[in-house]
Amino acid sequence: MIELDDVRKAFNQGRPNELWAVRGVSLNLPLKGLHVLKGPSGSGKTTLLAMIGCLSRPTAGRIRLDGRLISNLPERFMTEVRRATFGFVFQQFNLIRGLSVLDNVMLPAYPLAPDAGELRRRALALLGRFGIAARAAHKAEWLSGGEAQRAAVCRAMINDPRILIADEPTANLDSQRSQELLAVLGELVAMGKTVLVSSHDPLVFESAGVSHVVELHDGRLLGGGSC
Amino acid sequence: MLISPAFLALNGGAMLVSLLMLMAAGQAVQVLRHWDIKSGSERQLALERRTYLIATLVTWSVAAELVALLLFLHTAESMSSQFVGAMCATGVLNAHALGWPVLGLKIAVFFAGAVWLLVNQLDNKSPVYPLVRLKYALLLALLPLVLVQALAQLGFFLGLNPDLITSCCGSLFTAEGEGVAAEVAGIDPMLSLALMYGSGVALLAAGMRYPWEGRCGIVYALAGMLAFALALVAIVSAVALYVYEHPHHHCPFCLLKAGRGFIGYWLYLSLFAGAALALGVGVISPLRRVASISAVADAQARRLTTVSLGLFALFYLIATFAVVGSNLTMEGVWW
Amino acid sequence: MTAFVRRQRYLLEYSLSAMARRPGKHLALLLVYTLIVFLLASVMLFTHSLQRETRLVLAGSPELIVQRLVAGRHELIPAGHLERIAGIRGVRAAKGRLWGYFYDPAVRANYTLLVPPDDAPAAGEIQIGAALARIRGLALGDYLSLRGASGEPFAWRVAGLIESDSELVSADLVLMGEADFRRFFAIAPGLYTDLVLSVRNPREVLTVAEKVSLALPDSRPILREEILRTYDAVFGWRQGVVFVLLVGAILAFAIFAWDRASGLSGEERREIGILKAIGWETADVLRMKLWEGAVLSLTAFLLGYLLAYLHVFYASAALFEPVLKGWAVLYPAFNPVPFVDGLQVATLFFFTVFPYTAATLVPIWSAAITDPDSVMR
Repeated sequence: MIELDDVRKAFNQGRPNELWAVRGVSLNLPLKGLHVLKGPSGSGKTTLLAMIGCLSRPTAGRIRLDGRLISNLPERFMTEVRRATFGFVFQQFNLIRGLSVLDNVMLPAYPLAPDAGELRRRALALLGRFGIAARAAHKAEWLSGGEAQRAAVCRAMINDPRILIADEPTANLDSQRSQELLAVLGELVAMGKTVLVSSHDPLVFESAGVSHVVELHDGRLLGGGSC
Repeated sequence: MLISPAFLALNGGAMLVSLLMLMAAGQAVQVLRHWDIKSGSERQLALERRTYLIATLVTWSVAAELVALLLFLHTAESMSSQFVGAMCATGVLNAHALGWPVLGLKIAVFFAGAVWLLVNQLDNKSPVYPLVRLKYALLLALLPLVLVQALAQLGFFLGLNPDLITSCCGSLFTAEGEGVAAEVAGIDPMLSLALMYGSGVALLAAGMRYPWEGRCGIVYALAGMLAFALALVAIVSAVALYVYEHPHHHCPFCLLKAGRGFIGYWLYLSLFAGAALALGVGVISPLRRVASISAVADAQARRLTTVSLGLFALFYLIATFAVVGSNLTMEGVWW
Repeated sequence: MTAFVRRQRYLLEYSLSAMARRPGKHLALLLVYTLIVFLLASVMLFTHSLQRETRLVLAGSPELIVQRLVAGRHELIPAGHLERIAGIRGVRAAKGRLWGYFYDPAVRANYTLLVPPDDAPAAGEIQIGAALARIRGLALGDYLSLRGASGEPFAWRVAGLIESDSELVSADLVLMGEADFRRFFAIAPGLYTDLVLSVRNPREVLTVAEKVSLALPDSRPILREEILRTYDAVFGWRQGVVFVLLVGAILAFAIFAWDRASGLSGEERREIGILKAIGWETADVLRMKLWEGAVLSLTAFLLGYLLAYLHVFYASAALFEPVLKGWAVLYPAFNPVPFVDGLQVATLFFFTVFPYTAATLVPIWSAAITDPDSVMR
């Protein structure tokens, strides 16, 4: 269970351009299924995802993961939680140019220092499962949009996280590729992972596999928070 | 004054280290003033990020100080040809009143810096950073030591007068001479060796209690300091003689010359590292009383005790090897 | 422990690949870095080998030289002084020496003329140094002719070239027999240029010197140790002066390094943001960046030192010769014995690697604290 309790986030606090991106969100999300945060751009869904995924800390309020408070940790410990629990797929894929697909996939594991051969096997197995094993040695910038997206999913899964967070994953894909991606996400849910997606694409939040949709507007929830 | 590259390197290096430490201290003051671990504000986040900078600055300063300590001794050694009567580092250190204090300060900076890094490492293990105030207060205490050391070193080198006739290890470390060094050299070698091994046994006794029973952390640190001091005495009064295979050569610095199979480096590195860690145990084991890091501090202190004991054991092994493997026989003279 | 080593290996691997992906950025820095190391190392190796050469030369020289002074000027010393000091306790041997300088207008150079204590050349014959032979175009069997003190010309047959470990001293040397020397300079028999003493116990040199100055009030004893000390100080000082001049260059280099490290491109910032987002900690990024600096430093250091080594020991330090060796027409071919010294390497480290690291610490840190969520904005 992910519990959010009156979570708020301000940018440029105390300065004239102060901005409250999230203004008091309370929400409970069970650790299974595919959850979608929906809302127009600027509604605070990405900021909220970043806080849930331990990428940033709320200015006020609490976030608990399975009862453990994770919102008040210093960065050093937030990172530990993050890399053990969350995998990320970003809007622009954010693969590192010039590195091979395989290297890109292995990157999140480097600070954990697993055995090199074992890590390689794990990465190749993931690439095989998501159908881009043939591209392992290619440079990341040579991939097509769909392949890059799948490589990004492989990278997110390399440390075997329980929760996958995807920020606007279909924004750069045509509708066929988007369907393929939803199929991939569905596969992850079937494997027992929790998937959190932010999107304003009807294709995503109207798809059959979605277990719960939360709607945000101006940093606040529309409708009830609990499910 | 002698402008040589080593002079410039040492003093330039000390100035740079002072600068780095001043920067670290400035950041530490900021952290001390505004620290609030419970806050989720951007300022707190920025402060937490500064702790990384401070730790990096101090780590580099301590590393540089360690290299500088070796460079200092070697520079003193190489300058000995410029002083009448000086044959090695001892003579050059004697050539100015600040010589020995600078060496002492440098060793103190190394020990204090190493202990600070150990405390910092421990603090980073707990999400509430319980030792932030303690460690940055310690850092502010370390700063003057570094600055004084830099100034004293500068004063030493500027004050060196090549026309001075100085006394060297030959005359300083002799049983017939006067002063602390001579006293040390004049101690009965059998006694000093016995004291060294005795303190080693005491150290072992104190050290064994800690990892197994979790007690006597401070006792171990004290035993470590005692063993350190007695080991230095034994080096001067007995071990050095065996290394040089010369019944009257007591100098502790000539051990660092390459010609002796680098045995001096092994002796001093193991001894200093072991002593620094022992000191660390003394500082860390009382921190078990801090609730949030109690378990970590305990584990860390146990680990440090073990490693420190290992290093001391290595030192005793090398020293024994130096005595037993030497061609110098003092049977009938000493025993 | 193994996890620690493995992590460092991963970080090192990543920083290597990151550098390989942006060779242009690092190449300029590497070039300047190497140049700095090269300059400093060249100066050090060069002066140090000069120092060693002089030691080598002086090692064979007597412990004590006695010169006679008249009105504060160096004068010829009568042979009678010899007997008065030969009796001093501790003196093993005392000898008179004959040597002097001669200015040769033909090549505008000064020669050193010397009567060797043993195996002096026969009358009418000389042995000469290599540089002199080169500049006068002399080979074995040729004749060298010079104008003597009283104006008449002297001609000697070159019977040998001087072989020496160190050409630095033998370059301008002319060895000849005692009779030839006295006739050439018109020095009366029974007078010497100076006296040399060898002392049985090196610890007694000072005492002997004191006794000599008591026995011969008009003379001054010069200790070999003193000469060595003076040379050491002079060489160290010269080196120091060059280094002080180079401090400006090091400062400029540090500023350059700081600028390079803080001027991250958008691409690099994004990359660090990605690393942070996918699970790298600030300390991991810091370490990765420090590895980058270490690789750069090590490469520049080895490369610069190697180049300096070749420059000094195999190219005769072509760049510095005129500055550090002084001015002379007779340049010795300078081929010192190669060596590497730990003290020098440590000193060099403080002049190059340490300033570089200090200059880059803050920029590296400010890159490493990039917000992990920056890639999501």
